[in-house]
Amino acid sequence: MNFAESFRIALRALAANKARSVLTMLGVVIGVAAVILLVGIGTGVQDEITGQVEGLGSNLLFVVPGQYGGGMGGDQGPPSRRFTLEDSELLARRVPGIDAVVPVIQAGSTIKRGNRSVRVVVAAGSEQASEVFGGTLAGGRGYRKSEVQAGARVVAIGSTVRDVLFQGQDPVGKTVTLEGQRFTVVGHYESLGGGLAGDQDSQVYIPVTTAQRVFNLNYVNTIVIKATDADRIEVVKADIRRVLTPRYGEEFTVFTQEQTLGLLSDLLGTLTYMLAGIAGISLLVGGIGIMNIMLVSVSERTREIGIRKAVGARTYDILSQFVIEAVGLSVLGGIIGISLGWGGAELMARFTPVPTNVTPWAVATAFFFAAGVGVFFGVYPAWKASQLDPIVALRYE
Amino acid sequence: MVQEGQATASRVVLETRDVGKQYQLDGVEVNALRDVSIAIRAGEMVSIMGPSGSGKSTLMHIVGLLDRPTCGEVILEGDDISNLSPNQLAELRNKYIGFVFQSFNLLSRTSAQANVELPLVYAGVSGVDRSHRAIEALERVGLGNRLGHFSSQLSGGQQQRVAIARALVNSPSIVLADEPTGNLDSRSGIEVMAILQDLNAQGITVVLVTHDDRVARHAQRVIRVFDGRVQSQEAVENRVIAAQELRDLPAEEVAG
Repeated sequence: MNFAESFRIALRALAANKARSVLTMLGVVIGVAAVILLVGIGTGVQDEITGQVEGLGSNLLFVVPGQYGGGMGGDQGPPSRRFTLEDSELLARRVPGIDAVVPVIQAGSTIKRGNRSVRVVVAAGSEQASEVFGGTLAGGRGYRKSEVQAGARVVAIGSTVRDVLFQGQDPVGKTVTLEGQRFTVVGHYESLGGGLAGDQDSQVYIPVTTAQRVFNLNYVNTIVIKATDADRIEVVKADIRRVLTPRYGEEFTVFTQEQTLGLLSDLLGTLTYMLAGIAGISLLVGGIGIMNIMLVSVSERTREIGIRKAVGARTYDILSQFVIEAVGLSVLGGIIGISLGWGGAELMARFTPVPTNVTPWAVATAFFFAAGVGVFFGVYPAWKASQLDPIVALRYE
Repeated sequence: MVQEGQATASRVVLETRDVGKQYQLDGVEVNALRDVSIAIRAGEMVSIMGPSGSGKSTLMHIVGLLDRPTCGEVILEGDDISNLSPNQLAELRNKYIGFVFQSFNLLSRTSAQANVELPLVYAGVSGVDRSHRAIEALERVGLGNRLGHFSSQLSGGQQQRVAIARALVNSPSIVLADEPTGNLDSRSGIEVMAILQDLNAQGITVVLVTHDDRVARHAQRVIRVFDGRVQSQEAVENRVIAAQELRDLPAEEVAG
């Protein structure tokens, strides 16, 4: 007997027990849909975040104090020596081929106006900060070089901060209170949405000199350098090392955008695999459902197996008939599951803020995994059926 | 017409030589068959008769290639088949044996035609040829107008005729009928026997397995099995002709 015949027999058997077939399939449908949807969410989030990092420009370098290995880091204590504004100026003078050097301080604080207040992240930099922070001004201006030199109490605010504190009024020229000091709002930004470094709309931007005074610091957290072009990144990196090594030895690290991206991708990739794993468990449960039903089906159809064997069915014929039934259930369930998962992911992307991205790779994997589940869980019941003794099977009531 | 003695000179289709079968039942060794030597000739109609527990069923399983003997030889069309694997036996069953069972053993929720096609499916016969031969076999048992009926839509007699068509469709060497009338009312039973006798008259070898003396006497020859041994093999005198019985029936049916 050929494969087409086995296939036809299996389909007929599935059609004969429609309700049971559909319920069995449901397990696989849910499993596959969950895999597609969750992996879609994982991939979507990964794409969006790496996209944001890339959006900052691939020609950025981040210089941080302390030594970080290739791994995730975290085993170091606080770095013994931090960078100062002088280091930033030194780099600006001695490293060629760069557009901007921005000393950055980041700190959490609360900003107030009247009786309203909002938690913010204070991002402090030099007048060149707009080169590295991104964001589009909705009104007003950023702080100027003179204001940085003077340590002026001026602030540019993110859209959330503006909406909470000013509620539709134009904030430019108004005053707010930060760390007990009065600041003049010089500009405000358009909404960027949720982002990599938390919510960028809840950030406020002040001159780095002002930040040192208000937070009582004599150092900066990071020095961000923008190379004139992405191809020069490695050269610039070497130059930075050359300039800083005499002062700090090995106690600093230069991250390129690429490294940061790699790190993030690893992390988010792991997250995606975790989601896939959780969804995979439900697919496994669906597979066990198939096995259960196939076992019931085999014992219910013992007599049929006996008849088939009596008229000439070989072990292989019975085996393939039942395996094809199981695989048919799982493949059909897989196709429906992929459609549902994909549809769900599309709806989610459209109607919720969660980004999703269903890749052909995920679809193919889910499909073959589902088919594999059918084979794996179908073989044992089918093997059991194929080993029945025709004499015993024919007598079975 | 059925002619007695026509088969005596023809070749042997299936032969058992000193066949024995032992098996364990609850740890006790049971001798189901001992030293059974029988021969079935082409075109013959022969009954294997015996009470339950006589080993008649075991002998039928061996003759039907469903089981292998513990000792002795089974010769089918000249070849020793006593040591073949289950899969090889399945292929031989498909080619040489047609089964008619007491409880019909048709596939449920399957049309008469599809049931008859089943042996052809496993023989690898293609679709068109298959349906052609199945229809022909069903016409031969008088069910040409019931092709698409499911087993559940047919009477017992009709179901048994479908089973006979299924047994015939592969042009087997032997049609093996195990208590073919056991689940039928007397009229349907006689009809089925008439079909079997008619097929035998057309040259098909028929082996009847039964405990009923009257059913056994439809054959030309009776092999009596008792206690796992062949007790006697003799030609039937006063053979029952089912067609004759059928002719005698209508009056009876009108009365009852």
